[in-house]
Amino acid sequence: MKILVTVTEVAEADDEFEIDGLSIDERYLTYDLNEWDNYAVEEAVQIGEEHDDVEVVTATVGPERAEETIRQALAKGADRAVRVWDDQLADATMIDAATKARLLAAVAEEEDPDLVLAGVQSNDVAFGATGVALAAELGFEWAAVVNQLDLDADAGVASVHRELEGGVEELTDVELPAVLTIQTGINEPRYASLRGIRQAQSKPLDVHAPADLGVDLGESTLSLTSLEEPETESNVTLFEGSAEETASELAEFLKERGVGV
Amino acid sequence: MSDVLAVTEHRRGELRDVSHELITAGRQLADATGGDLHLAVISGNVEEYAEKLDRRGVTEIHTVDYGEEFNHDVYVQAIEALYDAIGPQYVIAPNTVNGLDYAPAVAQRLDLPLVTDAVDMTVDDGLSVTREFYAGKTEGDVDVAGEGALVTIRPGEWPGAEGVGDAVVDAFDVEVDEGAVRSTVTGYQEVGAGDVDISEAEVLVSVGRGIEEEENIALIEELADAMGATVSSSRPIVDNGWLPQDRQVGQSGKKVTPDVYIAIGISGAVQHVAGMKGSDTIIAINNDPSAPIFDIADYGIVDDLFDVVPALTEEFE
Repeated sequence: MKILVTVTEVAEADDEFEIDGLSIDERYLTYDLNEWDNYAVEEAVQIGEEHDDVEVVTATVGPERAEETIRQALAKGADRAVRVWDDQLADATMIDAATKARLLAAVAEEEDPDLVLAGVQSNDVAFGATGVALAAELGFEWAAVVNQLDLDADAGVASVHRELEGGVEELTDVELPAVLTIQTGINEPRYASLRGIRQAQSKPLDVHAPADLGVDLGESTLSLTSLEEPETESNVTLFEGSAEETASELAEFLKERGVGV
Repeated sequence: MSDVLAVTEHRRGELRDVSHELITAGRQLADATGGDLHLAVISGNVEEYAEKLDRRGVTEIHTVDYGEEFNHDVYVQAIEALYDAIGPQYVIAPNTVNGLDYAPAVAQRLDLPLVTDAVDMTVDDGLSVTREFYAGKTEGDVDVAGEGALVTIRPGEWPGAEGVGDAVVDAFDVEVDEGAVRSTVTGYQEVGAGDVDISEAEVLVSVGRGIEEEENIALIEELADAMGATVSSSRPIVDNGWLPQDRQVGQSGKKVTPDVYIAIGISGAVQHVAGMKGSDTIIAINNDPSAPIFDIADYGIVDDLFDVVPALTEEFE
């Protein structure tokens, strides 16, 4: 069995930051493995540990810088990685879900996986659309926002829980091959071992341009035209002073309202 | 080709609030394009839903009477058929767990540009959608090239439509290809029916990512004990398994409305705020003065929680 996991690198902004044009200034950004993808990688690696002959391959649309993130996924137990990028992608202000889906679908068609796991969304752009768009592009079945997964590979069915709003889960049987978008909390992602980190350095990481995969990017349908810090309408009253002083003021305030008395 | 089609949402026999918000957002778009507003009501008790959705500004309500509950394969086919029949310029859908389970597939099938989680939309030369980037720290405008688009709207951003409408109800017949329905909903499950119901609590002490380690949760429990309050949390604490699922406040957890809500080490992401903004008095303790929790808090302390919380516990002991 082969599992393809889509892995993306995300940018996290510091608490204090400056905007430079259509992006946050590089000085205030830290790049990391997308939180949701971390759970997706873990889920794939766990399936590999529970079943025989499972290969876990990661697929990423991202620049060379993302290889550090990809190595994290390899260190946690993925077997191989594929990265797709070119200058046209680098120049775009936004890469829409359809483009990512076409690129990832081209990788999937070469790899021919039984199951594709994607994170529900990315921390930074948070479109929450790539996984389902990929399924539609591939003609695979799918399920979005999965927080429990039982795989019956012989029957060709994934029994999943989808996490709906308000503490309700939907129980669904999904025919394979399928794309499942993985929600945080589905498992406990491991930390990479030192051995894993060493091994990751020698695992294959293939790089392709979209053209190598037969994908013609065309014009982007979406473009980012402005970026700003939203104006806040804070009416907060702050208690000022040392921790002892503020705690004492807050306690007095709460006691006046009948809390803890 | 200036009409707007809005896909409404229901679950287990109830229309969801976002359906009425979609009417407001859809009307806003249709006013800008000079078109009509169509609603799609798919599966379940469609006639009852159509009656409840007949608010001011709705031109036509298309009902697809097929199946009971949401199934994305049915939704994708029904929306595609409605799109072909109506020929709208824009399609809008809710940015919910189910909305995101069909919207990207519909966009792909209809070759429409997709923008999700919209908080505002304007039509000038073309459509421009306002949404957040970098985990809510920034907001940006996304311009959509070409004629049409599919947009999902964030729940709670538009007011629900009011007034009695005079929409035409159209029972729309879709020949669903059952061979293409390759997933089956087998049931529902309520999560975390534990001993404590945080939605009944008068005072909640709520803990977030800022607590750093599992062993530090004890600091919060001691404070809650001293105050006679109940402990709740934001999502990461439950994801880490540090507190049970029934303690989670937010979009995917519980909605709470206590007299006093004390958010400790919680940044205040939109999903969390959705679950607690109805609290009477909100107090935030956080060392980051720019944390969005301070935008909705009534009172706050900008300081290290590891200094403030023990001091506060002492005040109540």
